[in-house]
Amino acid sequence: MKITFDWLKDHLKTNLKEKNLLEQLTNVGLEVEGVQNLSSDKELFTVAKIIKTIKHPNADRLKVCDVDVGEKKFKKVVCGAANAVEGLITVYAPPGSIIPKTKTKLVVAKIRGVTSYGMLCSESELNLSDESDGIIELSSGYKKIIGKSYFSKSKSNLIDLSITPNRPDCLGIRGIARDLAASGFGILIDFKKKKIKSNNRHSLKVKIKKEKNQGCSIFGSCVITDVKNTESPQWLKDKLISIGQKPISAIVDITNYVMFDLNRPLHAYDADKIEKGIIVRNSKLGEKFTALDNKDYKLEDGMCVISDHKGVLGLGGIIGGTRSGTELDTKNILLESAYFKPGSIRTTAKKLNLDTDAKFRFERGIDPLSIEDGLNKAAILIKEICGGKISKIDVQKIETHKTKIIKFDINLVEKVAGFKISTKEIFKILENLGFTLKKKKNFFELTVPSWRPDITQEIDIVEELVRISGYDKISIIDPIKKRKKSTLNKSQKLFHFLQRSIASKGYLEAITWSFTDSNYNDYFRDTKKEIKIVNPISTELDVLRNSIFSNLIIYMNKNLDRGFKDLSIYEIGPTFTGSKPGEQNTVVCGLSSGKKSRLSWIEKERNVDVFDVKKDVVQTLIEAGYKSEEFFIDNKTPNYYHPGKSGRLFLKKDEDLVAAYFGEIHPNIIKKIDMRTESLVGFEIFLDNLKLSVKTLNDQKNKFNVSDYQKSERDFAFIINKDVNAQDLINAIASVDKNLISNIKVFDVYEGDNIPENQKSIAISVTIQSIEKTLNDNELESINKLIIETVENKTGAKIRS
Amino acid sequence: MSDLKKIKDELLLKLKGKLNLSEVNKMKSDLFGKNGLVSSQFKKIGTIAETERKKFASELNVIKDELQDLINLKIKEIENEEIREKLQKEKIDITLPERPFVRGKIHPVSQTIDEISSIFSEIGFSVEEGPDVESEYNNFTALNTPENHPARDMHDTFYLDEKKERLLRTHTSPVQIRTMLKDKPPFKIIAPGRTYRSDSDQTHAPMFHQVEGLHIDKDINMGHLKGCLNYFIKEFFELDKIKMRFRPSHFPFTEPSAEVDIGYEMKDGKIVIGEGDQWLEILGCGMVHPNVLRNVKVDPIKFQGYAFGMGIDRLAMLKYGINDLRAFFDCDYRWLNHFGFDPLDVPTNYRGLSR
Repeated sequence: MKITFDWLKDHLKTNLKEKNLLEQLTNVGLEVEGVQNLSSDKELFTVAKIIKTIKHPNADRLKVCDVDVGEKKFKKVVCGAANAVEGLITVYAPPGSIIPKTKTKLVVAKIRGVTSYGMLCSESELNLSDESDGIIELSSGYKKIIGKSYFSKSKSNLIDLSITPNRPDCLGIRGIARDLAASGFGILIDFKKKKIKSNNRHSLKVKIKKEKNQGCSIFGSCVITDVKNTESPQWLKDKLISIGQKPISAIVDITNYVMFDLNRPLHAYDADKIEKGIIVRNSKLGEKFTALDNKDYKLEDGMCVISDHKGVLGLGGIIGGTRSGTELDTKNILLESAYFKPGSIRTTAKKLNLDTDAKFRFERGIDPLSIEDGLNKAAILIKEICGGKISKIDVQKIETHKTKIIKFDINLVEKVAGFKISTKEIFKILENLGFTLKKKKNFFELTVPSWRPDITQEIDIVEELVRISGYDKISIIDPIKKRKKSTLNKSQKLFHFLQRSIASKGYLEAITWSFTDSNYNDYFRDTKKEIKIVNPISTELDVLRNSIFSNLIIYMNKNLDRGFKDLSIYEIGPTFTGSKPGEQNTVVCGLSSGKKSRLSWIEKERNVDVFDVKKDVVQTLIEAGYKSEEFFIDNKTPNYYHPGKSGRLFLKKDEDLVAAYFGEIHPNIIKKIDMRTESLVGFEIFLDNLKLSVKTLNDQKNKFNVSDYQKSERDFAFIINKDVNAQDLINAIASVDKNLISNIKVFDVYEGDNIPENQKSIAISVTIQSIEKTLNDNELESINKLIIETVENKTGAKIRS
Repeated sequence: MSDLKKIKDELLLKLKGKLNLSEVNKMKSDLFGKNGLVSSQFKKIGTIAETERKKFASELNVIKDELQDLINLKIKEIENEEIREKLQKEKIDITLPERPFVRGKIHPVSQTIDEISSIFSEIGFSVEEGPDVESEYNNFTALNTPENHPARDMHDTFYLDEKKERLLRTHTSPVQIRTMLKDKPPFKIIAPGRTYRSDSDQTHAPMFHQVEGLHIDKDINMGHLKGCLNYFIKEFFELDKIKMRFRPSHFPFTEPSAEVDIGYEMKDGKIVIGEGDQWLEILGCGMVHPNVLRNVKVDPIKFQGYAFGMGIDRLAMLKYGINDLRAFFDCDYRWLNHFGFDPLDVPTNYRGLSR
């Protein structure tokens, strides 16, 4: 909502300065978004006439114009607008002026070899509208003021307010003045209600059809005959220009003026173009009309339309149609002032993707009792400016407005706000806002003003009182440093632990979108369902991610393109399995590319490999408190991993849920996305599949129990089928005697010479130690024997002699 | 005795020369070996007259000790010399690079979430979470934003179905609903997390982070709200004095509602938070609307309290001088390295939020 202090003063008597105004607007909740200084600079933009145009010698689309700017000599201006033709009256910006839209300062410049002294402006360049197609076309009436400033001489700045959706009343200048007055910033000037005094018949029949979901409940109108539509007088043009509106014609300008002044949208029809009478009704599927924005709209069932006996004239409260629009030669008009229901307006406008000043106001709620005030004010102005005869006002109603009454206990103010407002002050504030108050036994009975659809219950009254009194009256109550519940639960603790544990292994934490490119998502979707976003911001972000890999790999590739080679990144966040709330998992996903120790003078460089990520996964889980002795690993992994060089990890052998996957990314994917790296490995740890410890801190640590008796290390080499896992050997050895075997280590794996085909040799070192005594040779020997026997029986291995 | 004297003199002479360890060891065995010079003197003891014997033996022992000391000394000397020579040879260029290592980093948003949690932990808030995909009801309707309410226009929403029943949450406020439906009052929670709006330009990202706060009890009023946020802002920016301004605003789920601005000034093109005369909006808050409490079956006559929501990314930008929001999610290796935090830098109350 754009306002000026000058316009506010039509409704507000105050001696305060603009600086105080800006502060006070913010204090009562009408946030000042910006202040534009129009006065000094905008005087430079003058009315000018194009006298002659010739084609630019070096550019087909440009013209060189001789422009009359009210000085003896014409100015040469280069202009690219198609509508820059001889005789056009437009707006000229001289060198030195600052173009409001781009905030750039004009200088005398050569454009393709021809010097241009200033420029001719479009509406958008002057921030008047979004119209950027061609330069401004002014009517012939401006001939008289060629060389004079196009903008008013008003020194008032343009103040841009952000009005919250609950305050439709402040979409009119008077509403803003009322709030300011209530807060002590001046006095609200009485609204001089001029009434139409007329006995003339209203010549057009208006009917609101009573049907289901009728969007219009009141339709007020009057007919004005024998008008002479013209340009608006300067005061009215200045007013509209001062808030960034473009004057059009007196009748349109007056309806706009009343809308901005009183928040009372009106619509003027050319009465001669209306066939028989007005019918307000629901549209039928397929009905069509051309709106004032020159677009054709095809309507659905049930949209509130204003029609005549021929068809749709306009969408009530949203936009009028060209068929009944007023023009300069319009003689008889029908002036409409109606009430449209916010919900109906919103549904229709959304379906048709339409946004207008009227729609913005009606969907927030217009004062239903302002119908006649609006007609009176506008009709009288039209008569003053355009002449004519006004008819009686006709108001059709299918519902009557019910005044809202609220019981209000004033103690609620202190209970909610923490500070007291005196009864006297409460009276003053609420009465200034337009409420009437009656004191009852323990409460007040409040009548809510008709322009405040947002106020329906006691808490709304509290807000009004606190807002107008000022939020600075709320005193600070310092918080008490007491904790009754632990800050994080176990799963949150685990989240934060894993997050930092992975980072401590050399991975940079990334945060990427929860959505991704469906093409990339498909690479890592495995068997999961694709979850489409109905309205994505781009086709590259069109699905929720089924895996974090898709995004990590996209960004990994971007970093490789930046010239980095050895990268480790990870993300901890959601992946999605369905489109219902809760169908998501928290995953830690990491990716490593390139080599370890690249170009090191001291260490041998090598590609990152599956055992690097296996280490990161296993170590992280151990750090998080899980027992590595119980881990069970096999090679069943989703299809985006290298089938031979990847694994899945369970916290225990009989666990159903996968704790983690790790491995090389499938070479086909790397090829398809054209990734240039020596090696790419990754992992996923599934937070939701990790069992949370049920132990309390007290019993998290077992009893400290170590042996100081001599330990013995024995090496074994087994020959075994290739497809038997090392894990099976280790498990077999561990099963021999849990009390005596304290450590098992694979120290060599060998295939090749001296080993039969399809077999391999695995060398294992086993540490044997008793907690009770030093073992003697016999005892050691029998354990050795038992180890060999068990391994051979359980795995089919043979000890290598 | 002259024999012994002669042996000693000879030894002294020999020891003066340049010797290696094996030469000295040979000398040692020549003297003290089975048939060594000194050993054979000991064999003589029996043949010496009784009167002389005692004297001879004691002198012999003295000499023997002396000779042994001399030789051991020499051995030590040689060994030391050898170590010295060895170390001399082993000298390296210590300015060569250390063995390669990699460093991981924590994303500034994660760090900021930990900082926020740490501050609110101190005054008794616990952390709650909610899903990223929400129902239209939890995200809007339950929060007193019915269908067709213009306030919904402020949230450009991503939908997952044509009926618009499932969506990506546009704020963390639905966690309020989930928390209050799950438990009984009092409530004192924060809920940090991802939020989504279909809006993307220089200052907006389609995904960003918010932290929700909710405190409901029997007598919580706007003074508590002001106190809580005043405490948070000072702790977060690690400043004793910060100008703070509450101004009226509107959110459907709180009433009265406020937006909070903090003071700042521009110094050398950088924002300095604190006492400047410019205002910067950092969060929205208010007293939880009775309609919201009714929707979650909390009696608004008995219970009341406040809620707030703030942008985590924005807080991180202000605290750590990051200019571009989009860069947070762009995953540029250089950026992550530059703005990331060491994983050991865990924000805590006793150690402080930052170094």
